[in-house]
Amino acid sequence: MKHIIVYIEPKDASSLKRTSYEALTAARSIAGDAQITAFAVHGSEQALATAGNYGVQSVVLAKHDLLSTYSSTATAEALAQYAQSVSADTLILSGNASGKEIAPRLSVKLKAGILPDCIALVNEGGKVKATRPVYAGKAHITVESVSDHSIIALRPNVFTAKQEGSANASITSFAPSLEAKHAGVKVTSIVKNEGRLDVAEADIIVSGGRGMKGPEHFPIIEQLASTLGAAVGASRAVVDAGWRPHGEQVGQTGKTVSPSLYVACGISGAVQHLAGMSSSKFILAINKDKDAPIFKVADYGIVGDVFEVLPVLDAKLKAMLHS
Amino acid sequence: MKILVCISQVPDTTAKIQVSGDGKSIEKTGIKFILNPYDEFAIEEGLRLRERFGGTVTALTVGPETSKEILRTALAMGVDKVGIVKTDDILDSYNVAENIAGYAKSISPDLVIFGRQSIDFDSSGMAPMVAEMLDLPSISVVSSWNIENNAITAERDIEGGKEVLTCSVPCVISAQKGLNDPRYPKLPDIMKAKSKPIEEIASCHGSALVSLTSMALPSSKRVGMIVGDSEAEIASVVTALHEQAKVI
Repeated sequence: MKHIIVYIEPKDASSLKRTSYEALTAARSIAGDAQITAFAVHGSEQALATAGNYGVQSVVLAKHDLLSTYSSTATAEALAQYAQSVSADTLILSGNASGKEIAPRLSVKLKAGILPDCIALVNEGGKVKATRPVYAGKAHITVESVSDHSIIALRPNVFTAKQEGSANASITSFAPSLEAKHAGVKVTSIVKNEGRLDVAEADIIVSGGRGMKGPEHFPIIEQLASTLGAAVGASRAVVDAGWRPHGEQVGQTGKTVSPSLYVACGISGAVQHLAGMSSSKFILAINKDKDAPIFKVADYGIVGDVFEVLPVLDAKLKAMLHS
Repeated sequence: MKILVCISQVPDTTAKIQVSGDGKSIEKTGIKFILNPYDEFAIEEGLRLRERFGGTVTALTVGPETSKEILRTALAMGVDKVGIVKTDDILDSYNVAENIAGYAKSISPDLVIFGRQSIDFDSSGMAPMVAEMLDLPSISVVSSWNIENNAITAERDIEGGKEVLTCSVPCVISAQKGLNDPRYPKLPDIMKAKSKPIEEIASCHGSALVSLTSMALPSSKRVGMIVGDSEAEIASVVTALHEQAKVI
């Protein structure tokens, strides 16, 4: 491994997405003597320069008319061209919605082994070995690229972003050679979920299951979520019953999440639900059935009726947070 | 419209996973294999496009002889033709994509449809990978879409919202849950599907780009502090979240 490129994305005018900071930190952790360059297709100077706070001093911004509107195909092409121009051998991206579209294309363009959904990386004698969950987290595999290049996509929120220093990164530009055919797909607009924190982005999630007994009882969940600054999640049973919107569903056929804290309220812990949240850093479960499978994966568990426990828990948390 | 739907056979979502003796794969004995749940949305979408625009729907899988079962399911749902690239080897995703792209080139479909991800390896990379090999645009995790005059407008879930995208036909898409309500095959159609032909396609691929070195069950490093529901016990959990886990 000689040269790592980290694909970064801006969040707003002054910062990058947290997943980009995670990718920069992960790159540093495996780099050894390898050079690291961050690569972006858009972003303000101020936002891109923050890569320096995560130990990466060199940022390259690709500039081309066909990149002015986001296109996964044009982005992948620009990134591949840059990687080839500097003979980079390792590309690291967040496996978020955009990374999942770009990484497989890079694999084909560079004939590089793709290591998706990584939850741990190690550098063994200059080769990256990655661990990733398979079968919905029921097993883990270790994989490595056997070609000259590796494309590494990280599961969001698993790698901790670590600030190192406060130097601004220097930004240079790169002019890829793109044609209309490279921008075959374009994003025309983005509709944000107004006022609602998405489970895929939240640091804390409070989820309700069938034990909540009906949609009319979810204000207790929302109250606890508001106290913790958390997103509201739901089990499949609750979404299928129409109590909560589809976007809140956590599990094998919903969203896969890895928050710092996952609070499961009245969720028994069906294997499909565990698949979506078992990589959470800490899990707190509240359920009246002491034999519920959720307690087997929980760090902290309270055996009791959610309707009695949650108001007390909420009051104790408020007291703790205000002290 | 010529539609190719790519499907895969996976262990049932409730299957108990054990690592086999080679330390690199799962023990298949006793496991029920099913059609990948997201692929049901892909098949249904193909059938609805045929109902609207006419044409043919072909379902393709890459896998061992036993994968023919899911092709029978696809036939029973109503696809016109099915094919299998039969292989007992465990291929890496690049080799699977090469096989799919190779077949796609031979029939030049207007649309290639995948499920969002197959729930065994959960890579969700097959649609963009095949699209890249075919030099086509792709849109992954589509939750709603429309085709007018060969132009596609699609919505897909992203972190914190939805993206609206456009591309032209031919293209590759992958289906999110909820894109449609897949039909249940009727008994007479299930019976008829049993005698329909399955085309066997020779596998075509280069060497693997990724090597799987080991598989293991995840080790649980959970704290495991389970308490009752008294006020003092609830308070002890709050203290632990603050002082031990440091998450609040």
